[in-house]
Amino acid sequence: MPQPTGQTTAQPTEKPVGQTAVAPAASARHALTATGLSLGYDGTRIVDNLDLAIEPGAITVIVGANASGKSTLLRGLARLLPPQAGTVTLDGRNIAGLPSRQVATIVGLLPQQPIAPEGIGVADLVGRGRYPHQGWFRHWSSTDDAIVAEAMAATQTLELASRRMEELSGGQRQRVWIAMALAQKPDILLLDEPTTFLDVTHQVEVLDLLHELNHEQGTTVVMVLHDLNLAARYADRLVVMRQGRIIAEGPPAQVLTEAVVLDAFGLTARIIADPVCGSPLVVPIGRFHGTA
Amino acid sequence: MTTSTRAVADAAPLALARTLRHRRERRIVLVLAALVLLVAALSLMVGAYNLSVPDLLRTLVGQGSSSENFIVFKLRLPRLTLAILVGVAFAVSGALFQTVLRNPLASPDIIGVTGGASAAAVFGLLVLGLGSVATSFMAFAGAMVVATAIYLLAWRGGVVGYRFVLIGVGVAFMVQGLLGYLLSRADLRNAQDALTWLVGSVSGARWPEIAVLAGFLAVLLPAIGVLAGRMRMLQLGDDTASSLGVHAERSRLALLVAAVALAALATAFVGPLAFIAFVSAPIARRLVGTGSLALLPAALIGVLITTVADFTAQHLLPGSLELPAGIITGAIGAPYLLWLLATQNRIGKGA
Repeated sequence: MPQPTGQTTAQPTEKPVGQTAVAPAASARHALTATGLSLGYDGTRIVDNLDLAIEPGAITVIVGANASGKSTLLRGLARLLPPQAGTVTLDGRNIAGLPSRQVATIVGLLPQQPIAPEGIGVADLVGRGRYPHQGWFRHWSSTDDAIVAEAMAATQTLELASRRMEELSGGQRQRVWIAMALAQKPDILLLDEPTTFLDVTHQVEVLDLLHELNHEQGTTVVMVLHDLNLAARYADRLVVMRQGRIIAEGPPAQVLTEAVVLDAFGLTARIIADPVCGSPLVVPIGRFHGTA
Repeated sequence: MTTSTRAVADAAPLALARTLRHRRERRIVLVLAALVLLVAALSLMVGAYNLSVPDLLRTLVGQGSSSENFIVFKLRLPRLTLAILVGVAFAVSGALFQTVLRNPLASPDIIGVTGGASAAAVFGLLVLGLGSVATSFMAFAGAMVVATAIYLLAWRGGVVGYRFVLIGVGVAFMVQGLLGYLLSRADLRNAQDALTWLVGSVSGARWPEIAVLAGFLAVLLPAIGVLAGRMRMLQLGDDTASSLGVHAERSRLALLVAAVALAALATAFVGPLAFIAFVSAPIARRLVGTGSLALLPAALIGVLITTVADFTAQHLLPGSLELPAGIITGAIGAPYLLWLLATQNRIGKGA
């Protein structure tokens, strides 16, 4: 088994008792890799023999048509779904064999529709993100408070601390969930369609927040997005999936071509440069337009 | 380091939110505890022979007359203690089921776990002609068998709350049918005994039995306390819990085993006291209203319902007939079920 080199210091091999586990997450760069990965439910195969190395410190966006296996891949990477074949490795070690709390201090996942218990307050919910850092002997501390406060400040949810989740708007709620994921201090943050159910303003707001997180804290971000244009703008690397396989991967400008869009979505489209930042902009063509 | 340049966020709002949250739960616990104390005192004082407060206190510190000692220590205190212990057991069991399966209908009395205990106990009483201790063992085994069956039938690479509940409801009907069959082919006098057991009652409590029940609770409740952190994560859904480092399936199984053990124990000792498991936790959570597990308030509500029901059954109903407490708890629980069904979907949390 290959030993991780260079990153061993940042990786807590056993639970730190006296010292706080804050410092490593910001600077450490962990590598998440899928090799020959096949995933599925009840005999059906959804992700098929897939290889993907998540680039540390980058924003990777996974796009693809419905049922192309995007969410399943994300669940597999976060080890919510055991592989039918192949492996997911974290710094060269099989993620299935690592203690789940240890993985949780490095890899975090925000599901598409997380569940908030009835009546829960915002501060309580965000605080639950600290769970993997707490153990038998280390309970809630002022360090936890500081980290939760920072996560809430970054997501502008600190002023909502005493409110209940059900009182909030959809956009506010999503920011609270992201705050919880940030409180977990993962070096690699996976998000399953974090902008679904949000209006366009809140979509951009959430993506800006993730961009900031990536640039300021060096957090590796992997997310599934539906909007190709937002994906192209925010992604450092774009992964295009079709029927459980990756058909294109790389910087958006290279990946997002008319041929790839046709292949992945069965959609004829024109690609132009985004007038705002030059990233590729997909202009879809339906049956009634663009015949000229 | 970019983090050092950022101003340190002020944690004061967090501390405030936490203080408010804890204060609210503490206040509710204190009120409930006071109510329990009141009902406990009343049930020790009131009866065919009434004791005054000074009488009761004198007796409790060991200065009572022999008749007072007999009434308190042989008759009323065992009954009260048993009511308290099974109240805790049923309430915590229901709270675990409902949290772990994330479904308000998931409660041992709805999904057939206590029903399984009943069917096994009645089978022991009527067909095998067992005594009371052996019947208790049968009840415990019956609950375990039914719960295992539901778990296995609901398993599809994992257990989902609603599937568990649906299968549980189906199983509940099956054991109900079995019960009906057993009762209909028994002779009248035996069937009467079985029916009394089936309603559930804390009368006839004796100290040795109480000690056994207390011993089991002394093991189970701390174990549940250890698992409470995991349970809080499971409240957020399996995916979130797993990504926070909790083994969702393993933790759920451990908590379900504890929940089934509690319900099975309580049923074995007093019969299937209806609806205590079902209503206690939701009432407690509505009172506390902070999304906390509210296990302690739920336990206190369970105690309160059981003791009030037993007190009502003994003293407050007209006529000289002393009713089993299970009739009263059933009368409380059924309207609650209707109310729950009527309101849940309106709020949009029916699933």
